[in-house]
Amino acid sequence: MLRDITLGQYYQTDSVIHRLDPRVKLGGTLLYMISLFLFENIWGHLLAALFLAAVIRISRVPFRFMVRGMKTILFLILITVTFNLFLTPGEALVTVWKLTITREGVRMAVFMVIRLTLLIIGSSVMTLTTTPNNLTDGLEKMLGPLKLLKVPVHEVAMMMSIALRFIPILLEETDKIMKAQMARGADFDTGNLIQRAKALVPLLVPLFISAFRRANDLAMAMEARCYRGGEGRTKMKPLIYRRCDYIAYLVILAYLVCKVLAGVLL
Amino acid sequence: MDIIEAKEVSFEYVRRDEEGNVEGTTRAVDHVSLDIRQGEFIAILGHNGSGKSTLAKHMNAILCPTEGTVWVDGKDTRQESEIWNIRQSAGMVFQNPDNQIIGQVVEEDVGFGPENMGVPTEEIWERVEESLKAVGMYQYRKHSPNKLSGGQKQRVSIAGVLAMHPKCIVLDEPTAMLDPNGRREVIRAVRALNQVEGVTVILITHYMEEIIHADRVFVMDQGHIAMEGTPREIFSQVERLKALRLDVPQVTLLAYELQKSGIPLPDGILTREEFVEEVGKLLGK
Repeated sequence: MLRDITLGQYYQTDSVIHRLDPRVKLGGTLLYMISLFLFENIWGHLLAALFLAAVIRISRVPFRFMVRGMKTILFLILITVTFNLFLTPGEALVTVWKLTITREGVRMAVFMVIRLTLLIIGSSVMTLTTTPNNLTDGLEKMLGPLKLLKVPVHEVAMMMSIALRFIPILLEETDKIMKAQMARGADFDTGNLIQRAKALVPLLVPLFISAFRRANDLAMAMEARCYRGGEGRTKMKPLIYRRCDYIAYLVILAYLVCKVLAGVLL
Repeated sequence: MDIIEAKEVSFEYVRRDEEGNVEGTTRAVDHVSLDIRQGEFIAILGHNGSGKSTLAKHMNAILCPTEGTVWVDGKDTRQESEIWNIRQSAGMVFQNPDNQIIGQVVEEDVGFGPENMGVPTEEIWERVEESLKAVGMYQYRKHSPNKLSGGQKQRVSIAGVLAMHPKCIVLDEPTAMLDPNGRREVIRAVRALNQVEGVTVILITHYMEEIIHADRVFVMDQGHIAMEGTPREIFSQVERLKALRLDVPQVTLLAYELQKSGIPLPDGILTREEFVEEVGKLLGK
């Protein structure tokens, strides 16, 4: 159950998408997300879906990896659908007791599902094709100007990349502690919500202690390797735009134009 | 020239109660003096709590001595301004490989040290390549560290230190969390560094088999240096080692027991091959 989280899980393979500058991917994902909410017509969404499918194809990441990230937000989608179905005012389709499903509600719900699905898969493409370090490098560089406002951009980026690196390690550790507790008769799967939450306490306490110990060790190891903040640091992989990055920007731009045109004309 | 010199070094941990008041102090290192020459392979041995890890942390200025002085490459570790130069010339590898790998990809992790030092980009790549080749991990450069075995992770950590071009490497129980195979891999890599690259190695361990290739061995007990000498000199004192709660390698112990029961074997046999040879000599007579 704990292994289903794909966020921050890099899928290793070699493709054009993998090699793109993270700034392109970050910017592209942001623009793509905005484009999803721009217009409300089925052709526009079809275009968005096709664009995403093409990107996935080029990225060579198996589709099932994208879908894995979906499972975690299934609940969210269900809630949105329910709210949209019942709470949108308009022409009534079916009425059960006090609840009315309207034509507009169905329309909204369908669009919402499409949007959320594309949104999640779209951002999974970014996280699956970019190493978290690369991603934080991109963020650091994009947010660089904020340094003038005394925002600790480098420090935040470093914290993020460390957090991402330790997610799989801590997950594995959680699994281990869980098994150890289960071997001593702990029960994580039955009982009501409160009982289950209580059962998590013997899991969380050792996990936190171990996380602090790891943090301590890591800090020492980083200092031993001369880490002293962002000042005077060079980059092993500096971010430099290459030709394919410019082309990618053009492709995204072309997609946006098409999307806007589809929204306006159809 | 001495790469590391310690003179009358003592270190005290301050114990505090729950309110943070000082309860007392524990002396982890007690008046230790030693000098390590460039290019040596040094092993520091001791059971848990003997102060060996605390001593190791003095060698790249993670800890500063309470009393006495440590010089690394001629620089006093208490000098605030020299601290980064010291950490660059004396690299450190820790026990848990998971807690010292920062990068998400092997090559990015190896590049972390040089990045911090401000090495130009092209040179970082050269250094990463040569360090990974030196520990035999070059073919894994694009892998995620999470998918490597313990021994491989530890070799990546060593490469990470090596990329900083240190004059000496301090390894603080690098094999304690590894299986026998991983242990062998790591020790082989460390020996190669010492012999081929000429890097001074200070290996801290409690596994006796790992010290037989060392040039000199220091045995620590309760913060003191209890014994000092070549591995052969150390291992010929089996009773003394037992008193310090250290295990002697099986072959050495066997040879010692045989010797005690009257068979004329020489002192301090370290390897199985040596033992076979000596027994062969006896039988051939």
